Amino acid sequence: MCSIPFEIAPFRLTGAVYGTLLNHRSALTELGDKAAQPPYNAPPRAPVLYIKPRNTLAASGDAVEIPAGMSELEVGPCLGLVIGRTACRVPEEAALHHVAGYLIVNDVSVPHDTFYRPSIRFKARDGFCPLGPAVVPREAIVDPDALTLRTYVDGLLVQTSSTADLVRSAARLLADVTDFMTLIPGDVLALGVARPAPRVRAGQRVDIVADALGTLSNEFVKAAR
Amino acid sequence: MMRARVAFSGAIHTATPDREGLPDREPLLLDDGRLVTGEEVVWLPPFEVGTIIALGLNYADHAKELAFNSQEEPLVFLKGPGSLLGHRGTTRRPAGVKFMHYECELAVVIGRRAKNVSRAAAMQHVAGYCIANDYAIRDYLENWYRPNLRVKNRDGGTVLGPWFVDAADVPDPSNLELRTFLNGELTQQGNTRDLIFDIPCLIEYLSAFMTLAPGDVILTGTPEGVANVMPGDEIACEIDGLGRLVNTIVADESFGR
Repeated sequence: MCSIPFEIAPFRLTGAVYGTLLNHRSALTELGDKAAQPPYNAPPRAPVLYIKPRNTLAASGDAVEIPAGMSELEVGPCLGLVIGRTACRVPEEAALHHVAGYLIVNDVSVPHDTFYRPSIRFKARDGFCPLGPAVVPREAIVDPDALTLRTYVDGLLVQTSSTADLVRSAARLLADVTDFMTLIPGDVLALGVARPAPRVRAGQRVDIVADALGTLSNEFVKAAR
Repeated sequence: MMRARVAFSGAIHTATPDREGLPDREPLLLDDGRLVTGEEVVWLPPFEVGTIIALGLNYADHAKELAFNSQEEPLVFLKGPGSLLGHRGTTRRPAGVKFMHYECELAVVIGRRAKNVSRAAAMQHVAGYCIANDYAIRDYLENWYRPNLRVKNRDGGTVLGPWFVDAADVPDPSNLELRTFLNGELTQQGNTRDLIFDIPCLIEYLSAFMTLAPGDVILTGTPEGVANVMPGDEIACEIDGLGRLVNTIVADESFGR
């Protein structure tokens, strides 16, 4: 597992990383009418979460393998909250007090167009969750709901997204999530990716840049096998 | 060997069953030589838990119970560490929900790193087993990454224990009876021989796309017989040779809600 030490409490990540599906308006827009049709039947009411397990975690600079037989992957730039104080049932107004800091998360996926079943095979592959390059303290981000992420593939700007377009803001999401599951210091909650997702092929480099957060940079390579 | 992790008198200990004591009291021998009972300690999940991988609809009868057709691929979901709970713990049932149920499952603990492991070699990567009770609240089901975390990953929703049992002491994990007692009444019964995707198959399937590491655990799914649970209910899950995992349901008030 990758380790990203940082100089503020809680000083290390627990390795628990939660992602949020369809929390960027562009993702719902992309689905359009399909969200109301089978098998979904209705757009999500509660937050839809998924887990990026420890085998997926990688640091800035690590190479991400594209599995054999696949030509490209989706990159999923998003803002990650690093929990600083145990968050159980936190009210929206006070939610951000439970955040120690922020980092960039690249929530990598095998392209898939169904969200009915948990897509472990598409989202939980080794190295599919680069994080970093560092955890910046909460104070470094004036407004987490107005943060722009720019994504470059081989230096070419392919996506610009803003946390202003989230369905649930950082604080709202924390409130709704911690109503049923407690997050502890060092857990990461990723706020949701914009769609359509940029694609990346073997041999390309992805740089995700955000003000005050730095650049999360990873090469994508063909799997050894 | 069977061993538990328990908190007692200010520290965390490894404990083994004390065969001399009265079985009803769950007599334990701590690693430092002290003899205690199961009521005196706090039972923790019996090993350092890594990634929690769970199976849905992996017994033909339970899949039928929930009106699902057979699948080509295992229905796999993940659970987070915050949902973990040990033996004799309490799990909250939120007020106003209609259907919260237990799921007695055989939990398979990985002992050796597994990447691209074949079915034939899979069992060499198993360290041992324990009982899991994998709670769900069906009221919260939505058709997005279903079953989602609000259904399955609630605090206290992954109960593990009481014992970690070495693989060497479970000669045939593909023929173990599972039983759940709700307030003493037998409500769920099954046998791991009826798994749709058996343990070697699951390890082969999972390790083909994710590297499994020691401490990762696979909850292999539950047979038919799930039932609604209410505050005050005691749920006891048993698996041949692995012991008896007890959990009690409590209401919101216990959690200051």
